[in-house]
Amino acid sequence: MKVVNNLTHSVDGLGILKGRAAYTDDLADKNSLIVKVLRSPHAYAKIVKIDSEEALKLPGIEMVLTHKDFSRVPFTRAGQGYPEPSPHDKFVLDEYVRYVGDEVLAVVGSDLAVCEEALALIKVEYELLEPVLDFEKAIDHKSIIHPEPEAHEMFPIGFEPLRNIAASYHMHVGDVEKTLSECDVVIEETFFTQAQAHVMLEPHTVNARMDYQERLVIYNSTQTPYHMRRIISQGLNIPLSKIRVIKPRVGGGFGGKQGIHGEMLVAYVTYKTGKAAKMVYTRKEVFESSYTRHPMKMKVTLGADKSGVLKAIDFHCLSDTGAYGEHALTVFMVVGSKVLPLYNKVDSVRFYGDVVYTNHTPAGAYRGYGAIQGNFALESAVDMLCVKLGMNPIEFRQLNMMKETETSPIFEIMGEGTAGTAMIMETCKLEECVEKGMKLIDWNDKYPSKDMGNKIKSVGMAIAMQGSGIPYIDMGSATIKLNDDGFYNLLVGATDIGQGSDTVLAQIAAEVLMTTMDKIVIYSSDTDLTPFDCGAYASSTTYVSGNAVFKAANDMLEAILVEARRILKSKEVEFDGVLFTNELGETISLIDLSNEITYSEDQKQLSVTSSYVGHKSPPPFMAGFIEIDIDKETGEVDIVNYVSVVDCGTTINPKLAEGQVDGGIVQGLGMAMFENVQYSKKGALISNSLMTYKIPTRVDINNLTTVFVDSYEESGPFGAKSVGEIGIDTPPAALANAVYNALGIRIKTLPITAEKILLAIKAKERN
Amino acid sequence: MAKIDFRLNGVPVSIETQLNRRLLDVLHEDFDLIGIKEGCGEGECGACAVLFDHEIINSCSVPIANCANKDIVTIEGFSNTSRYKILKDAFEEEGAVQCGFCTPGMMIAAESLLNKNPKPTTEEIKIGLSGNLCRCTGYNMIIKAIQRAAKVGEGKW
Repeated sequence: MKVVNNLTHSVDGLGILKGRAAYTDDLADKNSLIVKVLRSPHAYAKIVKIDSEEALKLPGIEMVLTHKDFSRVPFTRAGQGYPEPSPHDKFVLDEYVRYVGDEVLAVVGSDLAVCEEALALIKVEYELLEPVLDFEKAIDHKSIIHPEPEAHEMFPIGFEPLRNIAASYHMHVGDVEKTLSECDVVIEETFFTQAQAHVMLEPHTVNARMDYQERLVIYNSTQTPYHMRRIISQGLNIPLSKIRVIKPRVGGGFGGKQGIHGEMLVAYVTYKTGKAAKMVYTRKEVFESSYTRHPMKMKVTLGADKSGVLKAIDFHCLSDTGAYGEHALTVFMVVGSKVLPLYNKVDSVRFYGDVVYTNHTPAGAYRGYGAIQGNFALESAVDMLCVKLGMNPIEFRQLNMMKETETSPIFEIMGEGTAGTAMIMETCKLEECVEKGMKLIDWNDKYPSKDMGNKIKSVGMAIAMQGSGIPYIDMGSATIKLNDDGFYNLLVGATDIGQGSDTVLAQIAAEVLMTTMDKIVIYSSDTDLTPFDCGAYASSTTYVSGNAVFKAANDMLEAILVEARRILKSKEVEFDGVLFTNELGETISLIDLSNEITYSEDQKQLSVTSSYVGHKSPPPFMAGFIEIDIDKETGEVDIVNYVSVVDCGTTINPKLAEGQVDGGIVQGLGMAMFENVQYSKKGALISNSLMTYKIPTRVDINNLTTVFVDSYEESGPFGAKSVGEIGIDTPPAALANAVYNALGIRIKTLPITAEKILLAIKAKERN
Repeated sequence: MAKIDFRLNGVPVSIETQLNRRLLDVLHEDFDLIGIKEGCGEGECGACAVLFDHEIINSCSVPIANCANKDIVTIEGFSNTSRYKILKDAFEEEGAVQCGFCTPGMMIAAESLLNKNPKPTTEEIKIGLSGNLCRCTGYNMIIKAIQRAAKVGEGKW
């Protein structure tokens, strides 16, 4: 392979480095009306009266939009395929506000200053309702968060709004209680994970204008342009054919831009007034009024026999979806489906629980969703079981974990929102990942810990798996067009959000077409110009969209060979990417061929479109090893090294793959160590700025050691699986295990802060 | 309204403006310099960093009143220098750009760091760039890029 799995620069790096216009707000119409939202100061209230008379008198104020301006059509902002597995429980604007930061109304004005002045003049009367702020008390709480009759599920997801349940789920294999009763060693532990904020550097941003054909053109920093178009059409009752969504360069998403944020309001304003309009979330709005990761409580019961064979896993989960049910069921199911198959030798397994509404900022999609929570609980519990068994945690994993050519019944039972798809692990290099990671972290020398005086050094580890797209549901497609002068356009609906998919997809096309990267001009994504793609989520782009590009490139290769055979009057023509040669040695170059079919003879536009929908979701696997120094006096943890050994099949672009894993690890370490979305007693977000919500900076990170094992997934493009999410999964459990190995202290509630460690040290000393 | 004179990317400029406007907005709106980005608007993320009399500052936190007679360089101005090319090549080689929203600010921070300390240690790079947040890369690649630039561009800073 010449392009794939080789050092290839990103196709977009240079323009970004020069600061050229690329992002959504760079492209906004300079005369855009500003749309600014008045946000609820209350966690739960009914709007009784809105007085916007004074605001409307301000010169420059165009309109004030309230719930009375919108029809009662509930939708879900989750940004999923149709029909969505999330409840339709959100109106563009509603007479109820369900969390601090929820939309009360919107002012539309000529500039930001006048909008802010208007917001200050508007008087809103609320009837305060008792909020539900403790997710463990949400079910059957006397306050019902979604009493409205219009809210509904699209198909059965266990939606019981009158009980504050957004979704519920139950699965089992075998009789878990019976198996547990027969086990020699059983542990039962409860773990908590917190809400985490995405903190993509570019805030949620959207702008819209009407074009000369009276169509609504929306520039949007989104991960899902096609879903966006559909949901806006349904939510605002605008014909789909009247809407065009263009995704420019996106400054990070991590799942937060899978969903709908200001798009409905901006689209409505432009469609209604005919004037350009825009909205850029403030950082406070990004924190307060977009999404977080779902906080969870997980009770894990594990049972093993004396020899250390894991026999049963019982996993109960309670998830907090906040005020709206975006991804309520899907995130919940991933807690099981992308975690439990790691230990596939069990006789029985059960996974069940509920996703509840609370009056907090809604939870939604977030990189590694469900998997990071489930991984923290299960991989912590496994180490705890090992303590009780008196067994080395690595040997336990080597004995019990998933191996190549094996399977798990869970794959068939659990998908994302629906049943899953049976599959055999054609590639699973977990054993190699573990072995290599042990060497790179020097496990045998450092495990469990070393006392160094004031500090104690220790290591910990965890294993993880993800998926590669959602089989039989999510589709990607690609169009390739040959131009005169012999270069290609590659048009993809796949959504580059900064992860580098434009580069990776262009590499796949270049490899098939035996050409160089400069001959592939890639463009993503525009609902008028590029073919359908579900978008950037569920670790799908390299595998699903990559397979579509692989197919399209092969179809293009066949199409140009047909032309070459005709021109060279031969049935056998060879092609090396530049030159076609027949059996007589006669040649024509691709440049001449493309010029001829464009201008001279039998003229035509060669263009192919191919689609791909997965028939399985081959999981990438990894082993994560952490080395830490803990200060005994302060409880502070210094991360000395994080070793990630990853099986993601072929790395189409090794640098970008490394970037995905490194970025995931650091985001995961943030969640493991200090990131924490926190609310006041009345439900207001405390952590609503970068001063109150800390994400890792450069000084928090020492060494990251990221390596890939040789692996070739037959069903993937050039042997690739996915790599976008797997990196985030292991840090919380690996850190918790390392802290235990250092101090004998088990922290079961994230984040694992210095304060928690120190309090545990003091408590241990007292006992 | 008042008249403010300053140097912008090497060229003397003069504007009539409200004195409390943020430098970031003036650069965006009056000069169409959109390479610098607003990530937080509260001086925490560094995406809007510019050079202000050779010192790095967050342009979201500086009122234009403070810019009188100052020398301001944005990514657009910096991109005309030979030092920029070295940094740009190093960022590309090391794959230090993912979503790119932090990148122009990060480049300005790297220039500012190398101006003061042409041969920074890893620790000094970490501290020098700790005011610029990146959520994509995990930072390793950015550190490597600056080390590479310092080496390749020895004598330029």
